[in-house]
Amino acid sequence: MSAGMVIRRLGGGLLVLWLVSILTFLLVQLIPGDVAEVIAGENATVAEVSRIRIELGLDKPILEQYSSWFVGILQGDLGDSLFTNRSVADTIIEAAPPTVIITLMAIVVAVVIGVTAGIVAGLTQGSWIDRSVSALATLGIAMPSFWLAMVLVSVFALANPWLPATGYVDIREGFGEWLSYVILPSTALGLATAAELARHTRGCVADVLTRPYVRTARARGASGVWLVRRHILRNAAIPVVTVLGLQAGRLLGGVIVVEAVFGISGLGSLAINSVLQRNYPMIQGYVLFSAVIVVAINLIVDLAYGWINPKVRTA
Amino acid sequence: MTTATQSARPRHVIRTLLRQPASATAVGFIAILVFFAIAGPFVYPHDPEVQDLGNRFAEVSWTHLLGTDEFGRDVASRIIQASRIAVTAPLISVGVALLIGLPLGLWAGLRRGAVDAIAGRLADTILSLPALVAALAIIAVLGPGLVNAMLSIGIIFAPGLFRVVRGATLAVAEETFVDSAVAIGSSTRRTLWVHILPNIAAPLLVQVTILMGVALLVEASLSFIGLGVQPPDASWGSMLKAAYTNQFHSPFAVVPSGVAMVLTVLAFNTIGDSIRDAVGLRRRT
Amino acid sequence: MTAGPGQRSDAGAAEPLLAVKGLTIDLPGGARQRGLVEDVTFEVRKGQAVALIGESGCGKSLTSMAILGLLPAAVRVAAGSIHFDGVDLLTCNRKQLRKVRGGPVGMVFQEPMSSLNPTMTVGDQIAEVRRLHLGERRSVALKEASKLLSRVGIPNADRRLGSYPHEMSGGMQQRVMIAAAIACDPKLLIADEPTTALDVTIQAEILELLRDLRRDLDLAVLLVTHDLGVVADFCDDVVVMYAGHIAERTPVDRLFYEPQHPYSSALLAAVPQAGRARTSLTVIPGRVPSAGHFPGGCRFEPRCAHSVEDVCRRPQADTAIADDRRTRCGRVASGDLILKGTVRG
Repeated sequence: MSAGMVIRRLGGGLLVLWLVSILTFLLVQLIPGDVAEVIAGENATVAEVSRIRIELGLDKPILEQYSSWFVGILQGDLGDSLFTNRSVADTIIEAAPPTVIITLMAIVVAVVIGVTAGIVAGLTQGSWIDRSVSALATLGIAMPSFWLAMVLVSVFALANPWLPATGYVDIREGFGEWLSYVILPSTALGLATAAELARHTRGCVADVLTRPYVRTARARGASGVWLVRRHILRNAAIPVVTVLGLQAGRLLGGVIVVEAVFGISGLGSLAINSVLQRNYPMIQGYVLFSAVIVVAINLIVDLAYGWINPKVRTA
Repeated sequence: MTTATQSARPRHVIRTLLRQPASATAVGFIAILVFFAIAGPFVYPHDPEVQDLGNRFAEVSWTHLLGTDEFGRDVASRIIQASRIAVTAPLISVGVALLIGLPLGLWAGLRRGAVDAIAGRLADTILSLPALVAALAIIAVLGPGLVNAMLSIGIIFAPGLFRVVRGATLAVAEETFVDSAVAIGSSTRRTLWVHILPNIAAPLLVQVTILMGVALLVEASLSFIGLGVQPPDASWGSMLKAAYTNQFHSPFAVVPSGVAMVLTVLAFNTIGDSIRDAVGLRRRT
Repeated sequence: MTAGPGQRSDAGAAEPLLAVKGLTIDLPGGARQRGLVEDVTFEVRKGQAVALIGESGCGKSLTSMAILGLLPAAVRVAAGSIHFDGVDLLTCNRKQLRKVRGGPVGMVFQEPMSSLNPTMTVGDQIAEVRRLHLGERRSVALKEASKLLSRVGIPNADRRLGSYPHEMSGGMQQRVMIAAAIACDPKLLIADEPTTALDVTIQAEILELLRDLRRDLDLAVLLVTHDLGVVADFCDDVVVMYAGHIAERTPVDRLFYEPQHPYSSALLAAVPQAGRARTSLTVIPGRVPSAGHFPGGCRFEPRCAHSVEDVCRRPQADTAIADDRRTRCGRVASGDLILKGTVRG
């Protein structure tokens, strides 16, 4: 992909982020009634309410509020939590690692299982393997990740004490230990995406197989692994990468609930608690952070797309 | 377009749905679900609200077909009771989404201009956020609870429906018959009802059916993390939360409500896919 | 092959390079089984150019695909044999067939754009053939690919190795296809409508290239085409196909003097001739019947200008009328019908 194209995509991503920042800002303005009173709660004193009002800058005109808030964001200042008085940015960065790691591992699970199953199904169309993959994929798409998480816990942690049922340890505590905590959540989270990917990959492989260039490759004597690797996979990967990008958002949402099942204190529990406590600066920070991750993933997907598809690279 | 228009006739769609075993089963399942939702109180084996603390976590038996929960309530009856939310929650969410997305999409597709530009940008922005994250943000404003959860899901679905409606309207509006209808003096409203709506019905119907299943999943997720249905109301999601809390005592408890949910989502997806095939739209491969 | 040189050349003279015998291709499916190609027999000798000609839907492309076992999955060869260099390609094992594909038999397809892999450089696609058949390393194979690109008339070959198909014109793409097809010095080149998708001026260039290669490499060519104009100055023999059958087989020069099947003469009449004013556009009335709807008698009968009751309502046999000529028209074979060519002999 040309440098101009990268810059255009980057610009598009930044524009989206800017629009998200406006929506996030307006979120607090949309709260019915006096925001400061709502946040402070019913039993708050007048002094507390006015403290919150000043803290959030609610006494100033709306444009001024937004511009000072936006300038803060640009400097990495997302404000402070209403309850702990710690900075939102620090709290989010502290809570992020398990969430980000489980999401990334879920992507790995999804790609490894989904793409492999899809390729095999696409290459053996009509076989029992193909039919089982299709049936499992249909089921997987209909299955909520948090229910799958509970079933996995029942089977692999409660009925058989193979893996821990809850919690999370940092990778610095040892790779095996870390992996034993990460396997179940990331599998639960990733399987639905794996199902979606398997479906798409199967369709793409089936489509590529009918293309004349595959016949040409056969006419040159290519077959087996050579044919699949050089002629089928790369062409089938082009649409699959796009689907993976679309699934990123689903994973970032699903991880909230999966974290709750496994009692992992990451961004998910931070978000849930912030909503329950009406900790608005924290929610705003969380939404913005999520948007940044989605935009970043889509940018990576765009780059990967360009890398795989020469028509985009040289266009 | 003409072939799609002809095959989109309701009779054709219904016939195709009922002819294939998979989609016929799905339609039957949803019919039973709707029956349970309406006739619930008349078909409960037990009163779903009555607690029997001496009989907590009872095993599956003839008296309690799916056992009892942590308060000794009959699980089968509670599943039936919760089917009411399983039917109404997606209906309300998708209804809200339609209320926002349909008129805006029609307007944007027909008139383009500022409405199209602004609504389009807004839709892109909301769609750039993960659905559940956006739902959390909206619930933060509205407050937790079933109605607010359904509203927030509706708001999140609106941009997707807006895009579908706008795209289909744009395609239909470029067809010559709309031009000629306008040329013979048809009013905008008449153009909409007679020419455009019947032609965007097919893609809209597919999208709506699929969204019903997604709405159920998101509702369950929100209820599970405590932001949707509040106790003592029963939804499959809140039942799952209770079952989760007691997973050590009764591992089986996660099965009934979970399976009910998976089957329902599966049914909606199957119907959606069948309609898509029946009206000759491209399958999402 | 332990035979001495003398024996080898004797065998070569007796045995054609490619011998297709009684080839029958159908679309299986129980009661709805349909014959697509029936009882097709022809030969290509070493260095010879043979044309398979007919309107689209006649089965000529299927016949050419069947040679290298490249038929679509739904279709199968029901009967017949295809011998190449003494080996039956229909019964040999997969490994033998793979060695033939791209090795002694090269193939060029109709649409160069969709027949080239869009995600692979043209250099790699040509080099692939040598890597597969000669086990050359990529760097070595790419050097050879560069020579091949020059050979097929692409300037700046070294630079062009790294190009992708979409960066080239249709004519260039077809040259790349040809370069890959001749990468391992084949004895036979199968060209399935190689010029159909190209502009007229480019068509002439590609034919010129094929003619050069034929001369320089002593290449036998099986040219599948619907264009009689191409056939006239490129081929030695012509096989005219109609509705899954061979209508007529003949040396090309004789075809224009005295066609031996009403379908051949109708095709000839439909070709615009230089120096002959055409007052009306001559086309064959009707269309090629689709598989499963072939008439019970002579398959061309419904469209034939010379059809008579009785004789033409019966199935026609493939009959030899000279050493090198066969026809499937009963009236011609019996001397009842004498057709006129477009060239006076």
